[in-house]
Amino acid sequence: MSEVARFSRRVLLGTGLAVAMAAGFGGAVLAADPVKLGVSIPAATHGFTGGIVWWANEAKKELEKAHPNLKITVKTASNAPEQANQLQDLVTVTKIDSLVIFPFESAALTQPVVQAKKKNVYVTVVDRGLTDPNAQDAYIAGDNTAFGRIPAEYIAKKYNGKANVVALRGIPTTLDNERWDAFTAVMSKHPDIKILDAKYANWNRDDAFKVTQDFLTRFKDIDVIWAADDDMAIGVLKAIDQAKRTDVKEVFGGAGSKVMVKTILDGSNPLIQADVSYSPKFIYDAIKLTAEARLKGEKLPATHIIPSSLITKENAKEFYFPDSPY
Amino acid sequence: MPSAPTPVPDAPVPEARNGGAAPAKGAGRSAAGRFDPHRFGPVIGLILLLVVGTALNPDFATWDNLMNVLTRTAFIGIISIGMCFVIISGGIDLSVGSMAALIAGAMILAMNALQPLLASPVAVVGLGMLFALLLGGGFGLAHGLLITRGRIEPFIVTLGTLGIFRAVLTWLADGGAITLDGDLSDAYGPVYYGSLLGVPVPVWIFLLVALAGALLLNRTAFGRYVQAIGSNEQVARFAAVEVDRVKVLTYGLLGVCVGIATLLYVPRLGSASPTTGILWELEAIAAVIVGGTSFKGGEGRVAGTVVGAVLLSVISNILNLTSIISVYLNAAVQGCVIIAVAFLQRRRP
Repeated sequence: MSEVARFSRRVLLGTGLAVAMAAGFGGAVLAADPVKLGVSIPAATHGFTGGIVWWANEAKKELEKAHPNLKITVKTASNAPEQANQLQDLVTVTKIDSLVIFPFESAALTQPVVQAKKKNVYVTVVDRGLTDPNAQDAYIAGDNTAFGRIPAEYIAKKYNGKANVVALRGIPTTLDNERWDAFTAVMSKHPDIKILDAKYANWNRDDAFKVTQDFLTRFKDIDVIWAADDDMAIGVLKAIDQAKRTDVKEVFGGAGSKVMVKTILDGSNPLIQADVSYSPKFIYDAIKLTAEARLKGEKLPATHIIPSSLITKENAKEFYFPDSPY
Repeated sequence: MPSAPTPVPDAPVPEARNGGAAPAKGAGRSAAGRFDPHRFGPVIGLILLLVVGTALNPDFATWDNLMNVLTRTAFIGIISIGMCFVIISGGIDLSVGSMAALIAGAMILAMNALQPLLASPVAVVGLGMLFALLLGGGFGLAHGLLITRGRIEPFIVTLGTLGIFRAVLTWLADGGAITLDGDLSDAYGPVYYGSLLGVPVPVWIFLLVALAGALLLNRTAFGRYVQAIGSNEQVARFAAVEVDRVKVLTYGLLGVCVGIATLLYVPRLGSASPTTGILWELEAIAAVIVGGTSFKGGEGRVAGTVVGAVLLSVISNILNLTSIISVYLNAAVQGCVIIAVAFLQRRRP
């Protein structure tokens, strides 16, 4: 209840401020001021974070070209303490006035972000929310619930509520739990869909290969494998190939990597029919939204969820970015 | 070791070891006649696991599952055999997982680049495999030189290269994945997926490497020098063993083993990414130690290492084939088994 109250108060306050800004006092003055935007993201250690780094640099290139009075500094960190140090450097050395941060961990990065905000830095948090939402001005994220819900609905509909499903999970995290809970919530409404088992394969191709090999040994009749990640789907496909199994009708990945989207677009693998988008492009959107709002002296809405959508042959073109590494 | 001036006699060197498990080779030979439960600890552990696995899921004991497990053990197993030599000599190599990832990435890039120049995909794959072996050997020799000539602790050298190898791969891959071209993938596939007399190719190669390793360790002067250095480096030096040279060679040998493992790994998925080979170093070290090699060096067994590597992958195989234990506890089960087996094969003080 109080959560809701606080939320709506914040929205009201935010809207009020935005209206006030737009109404003109200060808006015009701020627009002429240069904006120094810091971007703090995880280093490229997985296909997905590789995509994050690439899209952040794309945003820097495009936006700095379009707005000469905008300076963007991109920093990558390989763990939470390193990210906290970089954040300090961004504030004290680079003297940023706006920040877009994709935190490694919610809890560990909350205090460092609060410190930055105290120095009047405008903070946009991406993907993982901070434990204290007051530390952020805006929150932009992908939709993890839809990441689990969409494949479940798709499978339930396509197989008329009757199928044997095995699933892979990522790394034990809240993010993975949200996806898994959304997936099982939909499936629980379809009593004839059996989830035979689910095991962690760490968002890793090799682990996915091994787990799938063992699933194929254990279960003789599988209709669908929910790989829950496009990297893992690659390992799953290889294992099915090797076992020469024909009972598996479909493999559903997740995130919309360019390899999978291309496969759907070309129809080159009958096992890959659809995917759900969870593109690292949201860091690009977050930087662009923040930079443009700051240049105009405006505020962003407190929460902005970038929807995940079902990718099929019909719309795959919109999700295909051949230059991105992911 | 072809050009060693004087052969080192078997007995004196292990005896000179200060403290620890003194009679390395001598005891092994005299005990060969009677049954030593400590020596067979890993084998007993493995047999128990096989029984448990079969009881929990009848599919466990099928030929296909057995071959799946042995095939996926091949990478870690081959690396463990190289690691066995390094650990026996008193060294360590933490970089093998990153090294495998970098070799895989570099090898794929090299093959993709060669493809337009050569008509035959088989020739490209052959050159790629040669490149992987050379790269592995080169990295290993570089480790050895930094450790001996540079006089840096092996832990630090290989911790450094652990970071360097993986970072370079991530940079080469632009954070994404490096993928082998389609035609090459087809030509290369049989190296992982093919089989000979019903046994997959990687299992044959694993077997060959294990036999060669056992021969090298137990039947050559080089093997005796490695054990002598691990037992007591000073004494080995006095006995005119070219300590530095032997050490450099053990790291080179491990590098070549990583190269072999990688050239079997690449055709499996046809790609390398920043998650390739993560934590392989710990698995390889665990296989060596579980297999009865002393972490302090001086003595060790190739056969035990092979059993250790198989044992580790059997545990995760059994966990995947059953759901009696919460998936959150998988790592705990593995931990318990590792400790239990180590207990079975512990040495007397």
